[in-house]
Amino acid sequence: MLDTLTTILVFGVAYAMLLFIISVGLSITMGLMGFVNLAHGAFAMAGGYVTQRMVVSLGVPFVVALAIAFVVVAAISVVLERSLYRWLYKRPELDQVLLTIGIVFASVAIVSFIWGPDPLLIAVPEFLKGGIDLGFKRIPAYSAFMIAAGAIIVVSLFYGLERTRTGARIRAAVDNQRMAESCGINTSRLFTLTFALGSGMAAIGGGLGIQILGGIKPVFAFEYLVVVLIVVAVGGLGNIRGTFVAALLLGIIDFAGKYFLPEGGAFFIYAVAIAVLLWRPQGLLGRA
Amino acid sequence: MAAPAQGLAARSLLSHHRFRWVEAIPWVIAIAVFFAFPGYRLLATQILVLILFAISLDLIVGYAGIVSLGHTAYFGTGAYTAALLASNGWTEPLSGLVLALVLGALFGLVTGWVVLRTHGLTLLMLTMAATIMLYELAKDLDFITGGFDGINFENDPILGVLPFDVVWYSSNYWYALFFLFAFFCLARFIVHSPFGRALIGIRENVERMHAIGSPVKRRKLTIYVISAGIAGVAGAIWVQIQGNITPAVYEFELAADVLIMIILGGTGRLYGAFLGVVAFKILENVTETVLGTDEPYWMLAIGLALVFTVLFAPRGLLGIFEDIIKTVNRRAR
Repeated sequence: MLDTLTTILVFGVAYAMLLFIISVGLSITMGLMGFVNLAHGAFAMAGGYVTQRMVVSLGVPFVVALAIAFVVVAAISVVLERSLYRWLYKRPELDQVLLTIGIVFASVAIVSFIWGPDPLLIAVPEFLKGGIDLGFKRIPAYSAFMIAAGAIIVVSLFYGLERTRTGARIRAAVDNQRMAESCGINTSRLFTLTFALGSGMAAIGGGLGIQILGGIKPVFAFEYLVVVLIVVAVGGLGNIRGTFVAALLLGIIDFAGKYFLPEGGAFFIYAVAIAVLLWRPQGLLGRA
Repeated sequence: MAAPAQGLAARSLLSHHRFRWVEAIPWVIAIAVFFAFPGYRLLATQILVLILFAISLDLIVGYAGIVSLGHTAYFGTGAYTAALLASNGWTEPLSGLVLALVLGALFGLVTGWVVLRTHGLTLLMLTMAATIMLYELAKDLDFITGGFDGINFENDPILGVLPFDVVWYSSNYWYALFFLFAFFCLARFIVHSPFGRALIGIRENVERMHAIGSPVKRRKLTIYVISAGIAGVAGAIWVQIQGNITPAVYEFELAADVLIMIILGGTGRLYGAFLGVVAFKILENVTETVLGTDEPYWMLAIGLALVFTVLFAPRGLLGIFEDIIKTVNRRAR
C-alpha cells in the first residue's frame, strides 16, 4: 500500500514538475499580455530537439544541453515575438490563435524535414540511470532529478517574482498594465523578457521530458500544447501558484489514472479539468 | 422625420436579405463540376460536405466570435449517430440525418452550457479537450465503433429511389449538394435576421450588448446549438456518402483544418466557407500530387499560408476580392 502510494507520488510529482516547467511560461505571458500563444508547445518540442541533438551528436553533457536548449529557444522566441507576435497584441484572439497555429504547423513540418517523423531517443548520463534508496523503497534517479530540477525552478521563480525588482514589475503589469505603464514601466520590453524566459523554460521541460515520454518527435508540439492548455486553464491565467497547484493535481491524477486503469487512464486528466472548470470557470486560483 | 429614416434603415437591412445574382455563381459552379470532372467526384462531394461543416463553424466563429478548436465534437457525434444507426439495422438515411441533427444540437446544448461560461484560452482548451476525449473514446470502445479501423455500413436508397453510389458518387453528390443548399439558406436567413445582427453586436462589443439589455448568454448558446446541429448533419452526410466511419471524424486536426479553411476564405461571410474549403482542398491535393506525401510539405505550406493570411489578409480571400472590386469601381468612376 505504502509502496504503491510512494510510486504514484514519486512518478506523479516528477510528471507534475514537467507540466509546471512547460506550462508556467504560457501562464505568465497570458496574464501579462493576454496573448493566446498556441506555439508554446512547439517551443517545448524545439527544446527537446536541441537537447537531444546536443547530447547525442555533439556529446554535450545532459545538464549543459538543457541550458543550451534554454538559450537557443529563448532566442528563437524573441525573434518570433519581435517579428510576428507584436503586430497582433491589439488584434482579436482569433488572429492570435491562427498565427500561432500556423507557427506550430510550420515548425512541425520543418522539424520533420530535418529529423524525420520518428521519435529520437536520448541516453541519460550515468548518474541519472540507477535508483536512489529511500530506506523502504528505491526510486529511479531520473524521477528524483526531475523533482529536484522542478523544485529549484519553482523556488527561483517564486523568489524572482516575489523578491526582485523585475518580478515586482511583472506582477504590476499583470495586475494592471496601464497603471504599470503610467508608473514608467516599459511593459513591452518586460513582455519580451518574460516571453523569452517562459519559452526557454518550456525548452528545458521539452529536454527533461524526452526520457520519460519515450523520445522526442515533431507531433509533440501538438501533444504538449494540449497538456499546457489544460494546466494553464485549470490553474488560472497569470497565476504561478495556480499553475503549480494545477500541475501537481493533474500530474498526480494523470499518473494514478494510468497506473490503476491503463485502458482509459488518459481520460482522468480531461475529466478533472472539465470538473474544475465547471466549478471555477476562471481556474483554481484565477481571478473572476 | 423618423419615418423616412426608419424606412431607409429597414430597406438597407432588407437589401441584405435579397439574393443577388452573384450569389448564384457557386451553385452554378457546383452543378458544372459534377459534369465536368466525373473523376474527381469523391473529392468534390467531400468538399460540399466540408463547406457545410465550415458554414456551421463560421456561424459561431465569424458571427458570434466564439473561437472553437473542437467543432469535430459535433461533426463526429452526427457521423456516429448516422453510422451506428445504419450498421445496427436502421438503414433509412434521411431519418439518420434528422437524428444526427437532433443529437448534434443536444450535445451542443449540454457542452455549450459549460463551454460558454468560459472564454479565450479556457474555451479553446475545453473545446479541444472535448473532441480529443471523444476521439479516444471512439478508439477504445471498439465493440461499438470497430476501433481504429471503424465500421462499414450500407444505407437504403435515398427516398427509396436513389441508391448511394460509392463508385461514381453521382447520387451522393446531389444528396450532399441538396443539403448544403438547404442549410446554407437556413444559415443565410439566420445571419440576416435581427438575431444574426445581435450576434454580430456580441462579436464586436459584448459590453455594449449587455448594456442595451441584449440576452448575450442565451443568444450565444442558441447559435452554438444551431451550429452544433448543422455540424452533426455535415458529419452524418460525410459518413453516409462514403459508407464507412473511423474515429477520424473526431480528430482535432480536422477541427483545426476547418477553422483554417474559414479563415483562408474569410470569416463572418458565409461565402468565405465556400472559397476557403475549395482553396484548401485543391491546394492540398495539388501539393500532395506534385510533391508527394512522404514529407510534410503540405503542413509547411498551410502553416506559412496561415501566418501570411493573419498578417497581410486578415479578411481572407473573399476580403481580397472585395478590395479588388472596390478599387476597380473607384477607378471606373
